[in-house]
Amino acid sequence: MTAPLIRPKRKDPLKKTRQPLYPQAVRSRTAQGLTAAAAEGRFELQCCSDCKEIFYPPRDACPKCLSARVPFVPVDNRGTVLAETTIRTSTDPYFRERTPWRAGLTKLDAGPVVLSHLHGDVHENDRVRLDLKLDKGGAPVLIALPEKDTPNMADDPQLREMTCDPKFRRVLITDGRTAVGQAMAKAFAEAGANIVFVGIADPWKPFPGEEALRKIERVEIVPLDLTDSESVTEQAEQNGGRIDIVVNTAEHVRPGGVMQRRGLTVAREEMDVRYFGLMRLAQAFGPAMRSRGADGVNSAAAFVNLLSVHALMSWPAYGAYSAAEAACLSAAQCLRAELRPGGVKVVNVFFGPLETEWFQTVPPPKVAPSALAKAVVQALQRGVEDVFVGDIAEDIRARLAVNPKALERELAG
Amino acid sequence: MASDLLSFAQRVAQGSIRIVDLTQTLTQEFPTIVLPPEFGQCAPFRIEEVSRYDERGPAWYWNNITIGEHCGTHFDAPIHWISGKDLPNNAVDSIDPRNFIAPASVVDCSKESAADGDFVVTVEFIEAWEKKHGRISAGEWVLLRTDWSKKPFREYAGMGDDGAHTPGPAPETVKWLVEQRDVHGFGTETIGTDYGQAQHFNPPYPAHFYMHGKGRYGLQCLTNLDKLPPKGAVIVSAPLKIKQGSGSPLRVLALVEEDS
Amino acid sequence: MTTRLAYDGVVACVPVTVPYRRYSVNSAHWWIGRALHDLTRGAGIRPQDIDGLIVSSFTVGPDTAVGLTQHFGLTPRWLDHVPMGGASGIVGLRRAARAVQAGDAQFVACVAGDTNHVDSFRKTLTSFSRFAQDAVYPYGSGGANASFALITKNYMNLYGAKREDFGKLCVAQRDNALAIPFAMMKKTLTLDDYMNARAISDPLHLFDCVMPCAGAEAFLVCRADVAKSLGLPAVRILSTIERHNAFPDDPIQYRGGWALDADELWQMAGVTPADVDLLETYDDYPVIVTMQFEDLGFCRKGEGPDFIRSHTFTADGTFPHNTSGGQLSVGQAGAAGGYLGFTEAMRQLTGKPIGRPVAGARVAVVSGFGMINYDRGLSSGAAVLARA
Repeated sequence: MTAPLIRPKRKDPLKKTRQPLYPQAVRSRTAQGLTAAAAEGRFELQCCSDCKEIFYPPRDACPKCLSARVPFVPVDNRGTVLAETTIRTSTDPYFRERTPWRAGLTKLDAGPVVLSHLHGDVHENDRVRLDLKLDKGGAPVLIALPEKDTPNMADDPQLREMTCDPKFRRVLITDGRTAVGQAMAKAFAEAGANIVFVGIADPWKPFPGEEALRKIERVEIVPLDLTDSESVTEQAEQNGGRIDIVVNTAEHVRPGGVMQRRGLTVAREEMDVRYFGLMRLAQAFGPAMRSRGADGVNSAAAFVNLLSVHALMSWPAYGAYSAAEAACLSAAQCLRAELRPGGVKVVNVFFGPLETEWFQTVPPPKVAPSALAKAVVQALQRGVEDVFVGDIAEDIRARLAVNPKALERELAG
Repeated sequence: MASDLLSFAQRVAQGSIRIVDLTQTLTQEFPTIVLPPEFGQCAPFRIEEVSRYDERGPAWYWNNITIGEHCGTHFDAPIHWISGKDLPNNAVDSIDPRNFIAPASVVDCSKESAADGDFVVTVEFIEAWEKKHGRISAGEWVLLRTDWSKKPFREYAGMGDDGAHTPGPAPETVKWLVEQRDVHGFGTETIGTDYGQAQHFNPPYPAHFYMHGKGRYGLQCLTNLDKLPPKGAVIVSAPLKIKQGSGSPLRVLALVEEDS
Repeated sequence: MTTRLAYDGVVACVPVTVPYRRYSVNSAHWWIGRALHDLTRGAGIRPQDIDGLIVSSFTVGPDTAVGLTQHFGLTPRWLDHVPMGGASGIVGLRRAARAVQAGDAQFVACVAGDTNHVDSFRKTLTSFSRFAQDAVYPYGSGGANASFALITKNYMNLYGAKREDFGKLCVAQRDNALAIPFAMMKKTLTLDDYMNARAISDPLHLFDCVMPCAGAEAFLVCRADVAKSLGLPAVRILSTIERHNAFPDDPIQYRGGWALDADELWQMAGVTPADVDLLETYDDYPVIVTMQFEDLGFCRKGEGPDFIRSHTFTADGTFPHNTSGGQLSVGQAGAAGGYLGFTEAMRQLTGKPIGRPVAGARVAVVSGFGMINYDRGLSSGAAVLARA
């Protein structure tokens, strides 16, 4: 029975903050196939293309027929636990301060016997689901979960190390002026966040939804202008030490290509709001978050970027927008590496056109702000780091995996 | 004569000529003009620290700034509006600099503005003011004192869901000031020389249309107009010498006799 | 009938143990050098006479056996590096014996040595094998203790073994070790001590686990007539077996490679389990000892617990086992743990035990095991030895 998490008390300001540690993150190149699957929340193992053998741990040749054609593919994640152990002492500093730690061997229905972390509600002889997750160091690991969800399942201490669950954490939504920002505030309040800070720039300009936003429980509106370095720094000085999750909802969507636009004023705004805004947030909030990755139940956990899927491939009708989003994606990849020593995940959520005003002329399917918000919360609860929301985003991803050049031509129309 | 100038300088230094700063501090929080989102926007004031006695520059502190020509307390040149686009010497770098020093009539409608954010200044209102304080002379700035600059930013911007609601002149008033009084230019405390809902006037934005159409100037986002006498202040307002500039943020100073 | 060549005319002699130390600031090279020194002195030969060398060590990196030839001033015509942990002794013996039989070398020095710095153990774990890196260490970093805890739990579930059974083995080994001056563990161990010790990784507790230390072991392999001419007491090799990655489809390891090859071991040796006077098993964990009892043929699969309950294992017991105390009481000096059973068997068979003697020791079996690559020990081996 998983004990429910208790809402954390105020931190004793004189106590030393526990420094972040993470398990050994070295993996062979082939094992990084697990990383790719875990990043998107898939369960995949290698399956020999020639003799169909499914095997684990990752290998460079099939252990039955020695074929080199051994790709990672989705496999059935169910199995039965054969044996469990409770580790009470470890030479590794991360695990040493987290013992007792349970691990076990599970026979997968798909064939292999796997060593995995065990959820607290899992015992010998149980039927289980195996999940591939990214551990605190961003490395792929297996965890055996109960066959069916159990009460307070997400609160299991071993599992919570691998997720960025918003429950009891303090969140900053960077821009609450937009439909997406407001949907995000609502979704996080409902997901159990302790406080939802919502940043508003230019408070002298009214915006639709302002009243309803102020009424959401646990929402606290704060001044935050992502185009103003001083504003971002000031907000970090005030609240940075108690922000566990940043969700960057700043958006700037305008049609137009690179050549087709006249002048650079819109492009400057695009880059200022999106790319420089991200950099300002990273500089102002990143260091404190990185040092607080192991700071209790409400430790710093994630930095979420909302990115157009066209960060991955330009959509010339919105070409300048695509380029700014691409800049943000590259910056996010860098930030991911910079925050990793603190056990803080950078989560990139890709979406196609949204049901918002600047995508007005784009035909469906489009993603509603509430759907995007729900996807972000779920991504954090699951601990995935690359998410594709909506049909268009999934479609772009699938086409990119097969033939990026074809996609490039097709998006250009 | 030279001794007049020197004694003027001495009087300024001693304080018998008082300098009143009519300029708002340039900060990121100060509201800027907002146009419909499909149009190009005026860049707001932004400041990036280059170094502050640190590893980026050990012994010095300096910043890079970004700013639109029409941001904060600023000067409008005739080239700014379509009606003035072909006039000679119509840009900030080509305006004869003697135009940067001129006396001002300060028309007070602060009470009326306090009662009504949509107060429109009529010819009659100004004529009534002239009866009390004297006729507006040719070559004078007309500065509209509304005390609007004292408001918190939200009320100052006055943005409703149909645009801005701030006081300003009727079309006929501007036309009259130009044609009947030959004014130097028009200055306000609000964002823009025009009435907040001037997009519905005929012609739209008459303070811009008529003033710049006749080669006159504009000053906006002024403050401390309540410290000026109705007549007799001399305004110094030299914009930056931007190549073909349509305007610029600037320091607007009023010189006032100490005993007035 | 086996077609394997008998080990005629080849013997092992000069068992060397460099007394163990818990921690050492010296390198593995130092420990191996000590062993080679004692080996050549004990054999009455010069170091340069060594023309064959086998080395096993976890901590001699970045060197392998090649670097050690220049390091120690040797010019061998036969060289092997055997990185097989607890199976190194058996495997080394097999390689050396064939080299000498074929005339490829005359004096093969087999040596295993490891140092133990304060961080050696942790560092060895973090990069033990690719599978350990990818699929074991990130899961709690409990080391071999966690891996063998799972094997132990599974075995207990399968065959009803109890902690008391394993405890009995440990208590007997400790008794044997008390007569060994350089054993790491010097206090008597009672069954109560064993049962009440703190848990390491359930169901394993403190006395189920070896103590890593620094040390070295060695022996010489040469022709029987050469040993005789040098006046060196020696042992004959009646048979050997070796296997790696046996039974890969067993979900959890409950038997080792010996089960595959035990018949050949006895056939080639021409003796049966009943003829054996002492057994030196590889005792990284009591459950593996139990498997060796079964898989080598001393009892049937699953009967290990019964076998333990119906025998005594001290040097003077009904089934002398790990008669110098085994690694569980003497300590595990890295790869030397794969040799200590062999040197002990040699000493007992030649009548020169360091500790308690096994009366009338004529036939001994030494068993090796090791290399927990992912979830099971991959390497296994055994040798039947007789007094020469």
